[in-house]
Amino acid sequence: MSKSYRDGLPISPENFVDQLMRLKRGSIGRRDFLGLTGLGIATAVMAREIGIMPTPAFAAESLGDRMSIATWPNYHDPATFENFKKDTGVAVEVNVFGSNEEMLAKLQAGASGWSLFVPTNYTISTYKKLGIIEPLEMAKLPNFDGSQEDPRFTSEGTIEGVTYAVPKNWGTTGFAVNTKKLTKPMTSWKEFWDTAMAEGDSRTMVHDYQLTTIGNALKYYGYSFNSLKQDELAKAEELLLKVKPHLFAVSSDYQPGMRAGDAWMTMCWTNDGAQLHRDIPEIAYVLGKEGGEIWTDFYAIPKDAPNKPAGYALLNYLMNPQVAVKEHLANGAPSTDARVNKLLPKEVLDNPILYPAADLLTPLEFGAAATLTDPGRAELMARFKSA
Amino acid sequence: MHGSRLRRNLLTALLLGPATAWLVVFLVLPFIAIAVFSVGERAPEGGYQAAFTFAQYANLPARATAFWNTMVLAPVGALACLLVAYPVAYYLALRAPQRWRLILLALVVIPFWTSLLMRTYAWMYVLGGRGIPALLAYIGFEDVRLINTPGAVLLGIVYGYLPLMILPIYVSLERLDRRLLEASADLGATPLSTFLGVTLKLSLPGVMTGFSLVMILLLGEYLIPTLLGGGKVFFIGNALVDLFLQSRNWPFGSAIAITLVLVSVVVLIAANRISTRVSGARRVDLI
Repeated sequence: MSKSYRDGLPISPENFVDQLMRLKRGSIGRRDFLGLTGLGIATAVMAREIGIMPTPAFAAESLGDRMSIATWPNYHDPATFENFKKDTGVAVEVNVFGSNEEMLAKLQAGASGWSLFVPTNYTISTYKKLGIIEPLEMAKLPNFDGSQEDPRFTSEGTIEGVTYAVPKNWGTTGFAVNTKKLTKPMTSWKEFWDTAMAEGDSRTMVHDYQLTTIGNALKYYGYSFNSLKQDELAKAEELLLKVKPHLFAVSSDYQPGMRAGDAWMTMCWTNDGAQLHRDIPEIAYVLGKEGGEIWTDFYAIPKDAPNKPAGYALLNYLMNPQVAVKEHLANGAPSTDARVNKLLPKEVLDNPILYPAADLLTPLEFGAAATLTDPGRAELMARFKSA
Repeated sequence: MHGSRLRRNLLTALLLGPATAWLVVFLVLPFIAIAVFSVGERAPEGGYQAAFTFAQYANLPARATAFWNTMVLAPVGALACLLVAYPVAYYLALRAPQRWRLILLALVVIPFWTSLLMRTYAWMYVLGGRGIPALLAYIGFEDVRLINTPGAVLLGIVYGYLPLMILPIYVSLERLDRRLLEASADLGATPLSTFLGVTLKLSLPGVMTGFSLVMILLLGEYLIPTLLGGGKVFFIGNALVDLFLQSRNWPFGSAIAITLVLVSVVVLIAANRISTRVSGARRVDLI
């Protein structure tokens, strides 16, 4: 009923806050804010969807004048898109998402309108199976150099020798702790969950995301992050239900709570950990010694992309190491491209949040495709959230 | 004679056409689609695959907690709204000076010009660690937590839905025949019994209208509990969002949506019945 204005929001509430926080910190200008949150382009998008504005032609080198990209919050240097527009005349609409599932849901529903998007490693095989993405035409990406990519992070973009997606950057999933409030040093997921029920009572956040919340509960018992075994999931559920009443929030939007001091500890991705630590030094980023998640985000082009030429042009532009290095400095997640790493200042490469020690990286697992689509884990998450 | 009636019918059809087309395209067709989805199956990678099964409906108990939480939130939230709204409406209709009335009414409505999302975010900052708790810390109360509590959710709901409650009550109080109040006083009733026996009773239609309006909107609420409650309490609206956007179990989500619509209709009919009874068999149209 009166909810239509919310349903049509170009950005999820979580991402909106992320962008709002950045605006408050002054790291983006107001116009970028409107652009990033999609508020500024909402009307333009609507006009295009209902056919008032001309659809970009598929002609050989015509790039049209606009395209849209689906990506993650705090993930790009806003200057990248402005420069791209200056060079090519193509304005980029940025749609920010909170989870891979949400991106998949939008693409499954059809007519997403995106000409480029940023899926995480474990989703790519599913996108291929569903016929949502096509093999990339590598000739249109001269700036991409596969030989410079670290194979550990890039393998899932290529299926049976065919490249469907090229890597953007990688990262880990650990937890952030406000060490002024929780002074006991922590090194493991076991300590994370135990502290959540003790000193961190009503101050701890977990992701609103089955992959990481269930996965890291499985790590409490030393099980695989991707486990689909009934008995192991039952143990994880038992832990989650026990922790639930002690939590501050179940939300993937943890930066505002951590910054305001309401939350003292949260599950956290590399780039957010780096940003929080940069601004509030007492917030530390911890990787559980039992393991957890390591991930790579990729760029892919949807089969039904309304403006493929511009999608390829932007992707090629982003693969330019000179551009990618600025992206990397802005979002704070490590690059997969050796050419980019050569351009990074030493203090970035020495940052243990971005580049953890090898012994911490070894036990980490990439999320699995089966974990993403498993209905059993989805129902477990629903039981946890409704408990 | 015959021709003019035909013309009149044609005119009626023409005038009703746009509204009918709108409702068919944006209400009836989506509803049919949802109904079809609800007897289908979840495809292996999520989404919908054709089938004819009532398995999704049989699975409804898996969201029993969400339904229960919603069934508690909706009336409690509406009641809290009512308790705050009634005195305001009473003042506006019966006590406020005539020349101020329009301005005060405008003040009630003006917040509606901004999206509820924006206003709820404002509350997030007011209740968050840099808002009221920071002020409290300044006078010596450290580490007070207001955000992500049931109280914060209730506050958000009352704030968000207050105008919807005030306006119908105001309208029914404003129409109140003042002579009835004088008569009641003349006949020796105390102000309290006048209020209970005359004012309150005659404003009940407005109360019921506001109550059911707020309650029905609350049945689908998911934003305020997510933002001000930290997503720890799971309402049916949250279950729907998750089923469509996260686990992509469209058929189960559709079955829940259909059930929610049916529950809303039942609530509406019940409210209508109660309202008809309490207002002395006077028929009241709620919507």
